[in-house]
Amino acid sequence: MTSELTSLTAPQRHQVTVTVNGLPRSAEVAPRRLLSDFLRHDLRLTGTHVGCEHGVCGACTILLDGKPIRSCLTFAVAVDGRDITTVEGLAAEDGTLHPVQQAFQDHHGLQCGFCTPGFVMSACGYLAEHPDAQDDDEIREEMAGNLCRCTGYAGILGAVKQAAEVLRETGADPRDRHRPGGATLG
Amino acid sequence: MKPSPFAYHAPEDVDAALALLAELGDDGKVLAGGQSLVPMMNMRLAAPPALVDITRLTDLDHVTVDDDQVTVGATVTHERLRTHPDASRACPLLRQALDWVAHPVIRNRGTSVGSIVHADPAAELPAVLALLDGSVELRSTQGTRTVAGGDFVVGPLESDVQPGELATSVSFPALTASTGTAFHELARRHGDYALAGVGVRVDLDDDRRVAAVRAAFIGVADRPLVVELTDALSGQAHDALDTGDAVGHARDQLDPNGDIHASGSYRRHLAGILLDRAVCDAVAATTSTQEAA
Ligand SMILES: Cc1cc2nc3c(=O)[nH]c(=O)nc-3n(C[C@H](O)[C@H](O)[C@H](O)COP(=O)(O)OP(=O)(O)OC[C@H]3O[C@@H](n4cnc5c(N)ncnc54)[C@H](O)[C@@H]3O)c2cc1C
Ligand code: FES
Ligand code: FES
Repeated sequence: MTSELTSLTAPQRHQVTVTVNGLPRSAEVAPRRLLSDFLRHDLRLTGTHVGCEHGVCGACTILLDGKPIRSCLTFAVAVDGRDITTVEGLAAEDGTLHPVQQAFQDHHGLQCGFCTPGFVMSACGYLAEHPDAQDDDEIREEMAGNLCRCTGYAGILGAVKQAAEVLRETGADPRDRHRPGGATLG
Repeated sequence: MKPSPFAYHAPEDVDAALALLAELGDDGKVLAGGQSLVPMMNMRLAAPPALVDITRLTDLDHVTVDDDQVTVGATVTHERLRTHPDASRACPLLRQALDWVAHPVIRNRGTSVGSIVHADPAAELPAVLALLDGSVELRSTQGTRTVAGGDFVVGPLESDVQPGELATSVSFPALTASTGTAFHELARRHGDYALAGVGVRVDLDDDRRVAAVRAAFIGVADRPLVVELTDALSGQAHDALDTGDAVGHARDQLDPNGDIHASGSYRRHLAGILLDRAVCDAVAATTSTQEAA
């Protein structure tokens, strides 16, 4: 019994394989590895930021199977086999910014940039489900789970509205990597 | 901060999960959406030696709605339940309360059953369960037991789940056309835990007069506080409500603590204001009133 229990409580390492921004990525991790740290330390994708590690600031927001989630409140082992999009998966191969990123630049929706990846990923998830977004109050409420200590939010609100408009024109899915010219190829 | 080391198990079916939980006993903890457990582990307020991740238990991924009740399986997220049209129709208080639960990004992973088991004194769903007298189904290798909604939460962050047990589902009664509900709360920022909040259930009689009223307050006691308000409101016409007595009666029963966010007396005052709004909205929400209008 004791030896059996010990093996059930021994923190073994796990091989975790996920698709990140369209590519299969794999690493061996301890169960306590947070998905945020898995992305940053094991996969060297440091675009995902880490602020509070208790779900409040939103800096670590990524898309899991197309839905925005907090990577700091998820263990890497728990998402084995799933599909992940991070802020590195948005700009076009040639560096052209994704409409959401472009809108943040146009509206000065960032200053220090610490919160920006989280805001951008939350906005992509939100606009994918609410392509008709234009109401200020609704956008504010949907983005209220992310904190910014610099901008005062006005620029961020403007950016999300612009991005919504641009995406409506091109019909692109905001969760896909940007393709200059507007067309999304599968 | 980072969590301390633990062993991770991700069983594929309920029986395997129960066997693991039985063997682990006090050392095992269920991991559902992780939206409360992982912050506690990151802050080292919790350091379970082993986690049993239930998110792969597809058997528990169900919302069932029939004439009597809405039953929600343990892996159903807040967002899935919130946007479930049949569940909202049968028991509108679910949607009314879930609109206040956390931010959309948190709702995408947090589970409704997990929130009830977690039993935060400011959480909305434990109050809904207590107010409507729903029930929780608990399973272990020893068998299945059902706990009545009013008895399930026993203290702050403490519910009646024993080591080795898994809460498999929670049921809420379906409401009839003469019953109306509403949920009101105030938080510093929509989606944060409430400073105070209240869910209300009103039953009207055939003449559209108030027959019964109950309220469940959150954020003002160490667990959801259910207050009977029928004596203070019964007999009132649906279109000529005077909530004064009910608000006074409720405030008499509240003695909230103050903290960095709000003083106790402010919370008590706020609870009364929210009660007034919720009673009026609940009466207006009865289908019988809407048809008469
Ligand atoms: C920033 C932020 C804001 C939030 N705001 C709110 C809010 O306003 N209102 C609100 O209600 N909640 C809020 N939450 C909490 C959120 O609703 C959680 O999802 C919920 O409390 C717990 O559900 P979970 O599935 O994430 O459970 P977990 O975090 O996985 O588990 C919580 C606890 O319940 C146990 N448990 C879970 N499921 C079961 C089961 N089926 N059987 C036995 N034990 C189980 C776990 O062992 C653990 O002890 C917030 C969270 C965050 C991070
Ligand atoms: S780092 Fe994840 S929410 Fe702050
Ligand atoms: S730009 Fe600095 S925190 Fe938002």
